[in-house]
Amino acid sequence: MIPATTAAEDLAFGLIHVVGLPALTEAAGAPLSPDDIAAIVAEADRFAREKVAPGWQEADRHGAVYENGAVRTPPHYPALYRDWIAGGWQSLPAPAAVHGVAVGGQGLPGALWNAVQELVLAADTSFALGPLLTAGAIDLLCHHATPRQAAAWLPPMIAARWSGAMCLTEPQAGSDLGALRARAVTRGDGSYAVTGQKIFITWGEQDCSENTLYLVLARLPDAPAGTRGISLFGAPKFLPDGRRNGIRCGGIERKMGIHASPTCVMLFEEAEAELVGEPHRGLAAMFAMMNNARLAVGVQGVAHGARALALAEAYAAQRVQFGVPIARMPDVARMLAEMRATTLAGRLLALEASAAGDRARLLGDAAAAARLALLTPVVKAWCTERGVENASLGIQVHGGMGFVEDTGAAQVLRDARIAPIYEGTNGIQAIDLVSRKLARDEGAAMRALLAEARGLDARLDAALDGLARATEAMLAAQARDANEAQAGAAAYLDAAGWVLGGWMLARARAADAARYGALAEFYLRRLLPRAAARCAEAEEGRAVLALLAG
Amino acid sequence: MKLLVPVKRVVDYNVKVRVKSDGTGVETANVKMSMNPFDEIAVEEAVRLKEKGVASEIVAVSIGVAAAAEQIRTALAMGADRGILVEHDGALEPLAVAKILKAVVAKEQPQLVILGKQAIDDDMNATGQMLAALLGWPQGTFASRLEIADGKATVTREVDGGLETVELRLPAIVTTDLRLNEPRYASLPNIMKARKKPIETLKPADLGVDPSPRLTVLKVEEPPKRQAGKKVASVQELVDKLRNEAKVI
Repeated sequence: MIPATTAAEDLAFGLIHVVGLPALTEAAGAPLSPDDIAAIVAEADRFAREKVAPGWQEADRHGAVYENGAVRTPPHYPALYRDWIAGGWQSLPAPAAVHGVAVGGQGLPGALWNAVQELVLAADTSFALGPLLTAGAIDLLCHHATPRQAAAWLPPMIAARWSGAMCLTEPQAGSDLGALRARAVTRGDGSYAVTGQKIFITWGEQDCSENTLYLVLARLPDAPAGTRGISLFGAPKFLPDGRRNGIRCGGIERKMGIHASPTCVMLFEEAEAELVGEPHRGLAAMFAMMNNARLAVGVQGVAHGARALALAEAYAAQRVQFGVPIARMPDVARMLAEMRATTLAGRLLALEASAAGDRARLLGDAAAAARLALLTPVVKAWCTERGVENASLGIQVHGGMGFVEDTGAAQVLRDARIAPIYEGTNGIQAIDLVSRKLARDEGAAMRALLAEARGLDARLDAALDGLARATEAMLAAQARDANEAQAGAAAYLDAAGWVLGGWMLARARAADAARYGALAEFYLRRLLPRAAARCAEAEEGRAVLALLAG
Repeated sequence: MKLLVPVKRVVDYNVKVRVKSDGTGVETANVKMSMNPFDEIAVEEAVRLKEKGVASEIVAVSIGVAAAAEQIRTALAMGADRGILVEHDGALEPLAVAKILKAVVAKEQPQLVILGKQAIDDDMNATGQMLAALLGWPQGTFASRLEIADGKATVTREVDGGLETVELRLPAIVTTDLRLNEPRYASLPNIMKARKKPIETLKPADLGVDPSPRLTVLKVEEPPKRQAGKKVASVQELVDKLRNEAKVI
């Protein structure tokens, strides 16, 4: 069990007092009171700590096992998955009805789902990934499924009896999805036969859910080359008449971490499938839910920081050297404070982004939609970088015991290391931020954000000035030469993360100085200066290109 | 059959309890509070009786500060039908709680009251027994098994010597022990449904009860820290220490 930490209380506080979920839901006509929010977060926390967390090390040691096309998850996963179904948590963000068909969702805000996901991911990332991918598939189907597809697929998925698997990557098509080759041909009855090989399919095959719906990207025979010729298909593992579809698992990867989450090679052999959305518009449909999926990975970074912190705090409080618990030694206290500060900053920034998503969706607020688009790559990349860093600091706090697997500190780092890579590498996120999100409105959404953040703290205002200058430099670089902008993009994104993290902590301090004042002060003094260095680096993109080309 | 289940707001079992610096009690400010774990078992048992068709309605009652409504909500999310909060800010002793519960029983007329055997904050283990005495009802305390049939409750009790089974004529009082059941986790749909279930708020005066304490707390202090052991070199030294330091022989 994870020792009780302040994660759940901080999440509830952030939702209620920092991003203002009660007022937002009130304006949307489905009010959630502070008590409702606190009750939901507290119960999710209990479920995560008491049910999910206890087996996390056993899950890591056992891992997922592939045998003759079947995948066995750790022995306790099937029962735990039944508990997940019984808890009804999968239904949280899904709508109550789609196309007028009742599908069983609770229709609660994405920001609340973000909070629940953080708690479950911190408890056992491998386990949480299954429901997380299912949530992505549900989100996509809510937007693109026909009424018949919605009625057939969504109720069992929202009840979590069925899982969802996202099948994009192929061996030659990773970040470059335009290179994918899986093909689909019509079967003459409105359905399609999909053939191809997909890799890195999370929870593609397992023994937990009773059925799996695969959402597969493939090309139709008349498809144009590149990204504009990709269509999206839905194919269940078991067909309505009970037959096994032509979909099988060809193997699973041996990985650095998330051992219990099966990462599958999935082979589609004339699998019976239905077109989801318009022909050749599959990538657009997939990208529509990309914001949510990328935010969810950013939340993983927060969760890894939170888990690392929980372990490190417990260890540092009881490990005595030189007659005192090491938590009282200045350098250990410094490490714990960094972990606390960046984890809380990332947590609140992720809530801010998902609350912007809720404002856009529930209130039709266009500025909020632009805010979500802008913050998404920052949350994904900055929070996952901090997740890895905090997992590493967590090991450092443990000293030699951190390098020993028994403490769990090492597992957090192994599990955390994938988050900067999948769902668009952090390099891709930086390019998305600079070349797409900044460029498309010539920096308007970023300038609005920087203006809004002013006035809370003089040091923060100075950092906002620095980020504003770097923003103009990035826009100018982008206008001259996209490569120059890309060479500075990662540093620019990181700078934005440090500044916006400071903004979130300053807001938490403004809401409750007694509770968050010291941590905010620590961040503004000790961590915010990193933003200036990263801004300076970002502005040297041209130099990087020139020196490396040499 | 109607069931009454009292639930108490206590310091969460995960929290390390600290004594207030002035020695008047334990620190509860800014401390995570939860439903008393034995009361969770009581709620679970009541919900199971309802699921079996034995009970028709479950009323959860809490006595204490306004925030105790959170614990009633938890009970409602687990499956109780409605709540009663008897709001009182000051100290509450088991006798005052039992008197208030007696008045609630008079108002609600349940056939069975299921309570936790004790609360993990003060470990009094008294309220259920006092309530039984005030009502003149039979009691089955420390229950590890409960069966209801033909107007009778069969209760298996965990006693020092083993297990004792008693048969009680309803209406009756049952208090729960740890092994009676494993309480469920509230599901999200049930948390959402619980928001719409009613909670009635009363004051002790509305029930004609004066809850003022009959006892005076002189001092609350932490148990003494365990001292480190000592290794002795010889039996002679051991005897010497037992005689002169520990003064036990």
